[in-house]
Order: sequence, then C-alpha cells, then structure tokens
Amino acid sequence: MSARIGVVTFPGSLDEADAARAVTIAGGEAVSLWHGDDDVKNVDAVVLPGGFSYGDYLRCGAIARFAPVMDTIIDAAHRGMPVFGICNGFQILCETHLLPGALTRNDHLHFVCRDQKLRIENTASAWTRDFAPDQEIVIPLKNGEGGYVADEATLDRLEGDGRVIARYLDVNPNGSRRDIAGITNERGNVVGLMPHPEHAVESLTGPSTDGLIFFASALSSLMAGAGQ
Amino acid sequence: MARVIVDVMLKPEILDPQGRAVQGALGRLRLSGVTDVRQGKQFIIELEGDLDDARRATLEELAGELLSNPVIEDYTMTVVDDEAGA
Repeated sequence: MSARIGVVTFPGSLDEADAARAVTIAGGEAVSLWHGDDDVKNVDAVVLPGGFSYGDYLRCGAIARFAPVMDTIIDAAHRGMPVFGICNGFQILCETHLLPGALTRNDHLHFVCRDQKLRIENTASAWTRDFAPDQEIVIPLKNGEGGYVADEATLDRLEGDGRVIARYLDVNPNGSRRDIAGITNERGNVVGLMPHPEHAVESLTGPSTDGLIFFASALSSLMAGAGQ
Repeated sequence: MARVIVDVMLKPEILDPQGRAVQGALGRLRLSGVTDVRQGKQFIIELEGDLDDARRATLEELAGELLSNPVIEDYTMTVVDDEAGA
C-alpha cells in the first residue's frame, strides 16, 4: 500500500493541486486536507502548499498558523511525521516556530518568478534523502516575501548542524541571508523550501523533473521507517 | 470602553525594503535630508468595559503571538482610557 501524503488547502492556497499531483507521480496517495478540520485522515506525511493563505493578511502564514488543522499537524510534526512547507507553507512553518527564522519581503521589493538553480546541501532529511550530496537542481521560484532572515547565532547553528537543505546558486533572488533557500528542523522531518518543486515534476511543464525527488524522498523515508 | 494601541515595528537589525522605498520617494518628492524611514503597523483595538488585568495579560500575550512575530518584530502596547478624554 502506498504512503498517504496529505495536502492542506487554506483559503487562498494556490498550489495544492500541483502538490497533490507531484505526490501521485512520485508514487504516493495524495489526500486532500482542509484547514478547518482538525482531522488529518491518518496521513503519513503532510505538504503545506504555496499560495497566499488568508490573503497574506497580517504577515504571510500568520493566520494560517492558527487554523484547526495546524494544531494536529504541529503535534504530529513533534512526534516525527514528515511535514514539507513550500513557499507559503515555509512561511507557515516559520510562524508556527517548527522552523527557526522568518521570511520577509524580497530585498528588491519586486515579486520574482524564475527557474532557480539550487544546491542540495542536506541529504539526510525526510524530504531530501534521495538527492545526491551537493546535487544541483533547477526548479521554479515565485515569491514576493521570500527573504529568509534569522539572527546570526541561529544562522551559524543551522549551518553548523547541516540544517540548510538548499542554497540559491548563481543568483540570490530575494535577499535571503547566506543564500538560504530551505532549512530543516533538528530531527529532519520538518522541511521548509521557498522554491516550488511541485512545479518541476513533468518535463512538459517544468524546467526539469528535479522536484519529484523531494516527494520520492518522503516516500522512501516512510518506507524506511516502516521497515524498522 | 477601553482603547488599546499596539505598534509593531521590524527589529532594527531587520532590513526594511519598504521603508527604504518610501525614503527614496520622499527624496524625489522634494523632502531633502531624509536619513532613514522604517515602516510599521498600528493596531487600534476597541474593547467593551474596562480593561481588567486578565484581558490585559491576554492582549499582551497575543500582541507577541499574533500581532507581531517576535523573530523579526518588536511591539509596544499603549492603553488609552476613554475617561481620559480620548
């Protein structure tokens, strides 16, 4: 039986259909979750998709953090369930403090949309374990508030512990500190990434199929967990 | 009736690109000598009845939990009493 990966829809989510499609193409069973339910339907992992939850009012992700479904997801994340926040999902994970730091307005103030080169720097997390060390990938990036910030001590700790999962190459598109595109928590089950792997899973529409590896990683991580 | 004002500002060490854009605009619109602009948010909260200690404590908590993100922002909370003629 394939693993069940839940994809949450908040009011204002945009990319839940692509995220669900990516799960399916990777070989998992995509399960739609609703922000207003506290039930996560026994899923094995969760994706928080991109978009503009609650219109980005107050701060990106600030209101989504308090959605009923998030209480359940936060508890499950603390118990080790794989959780992947993409773009707005990354912002939500920072607002919940499951991940350190915050995402702020791009330093140049413009919305940016481009195919972005990244280097994968952590191949131990639940969502990156199938990558080769230092693998370079190209996936779409699209954000207005994607500048990753944290205090210097936190940045040092993230780098020292190998918790930067991906870094921007060639161009820093949004002013992120130390070119950080994605990070993981200490346990490696919670991952946030600003660019969009779910838009790079089919050669017809994506700049590559590199994005698929994130979703395949979660499936192989769950298989490895089940085999233990 | 009580009125509480919560001001939220980015911490000084956090880059404020919006403030910087406003600074540039002020300069273009004939204001000389602008050395810095920081942009923040103000919440004006109206409450029924007097602000008792319990609600004040809750509000203080939510100012740091919902209205601001302590990772990047500082807040100040000011209680404006209607009896004082506000």
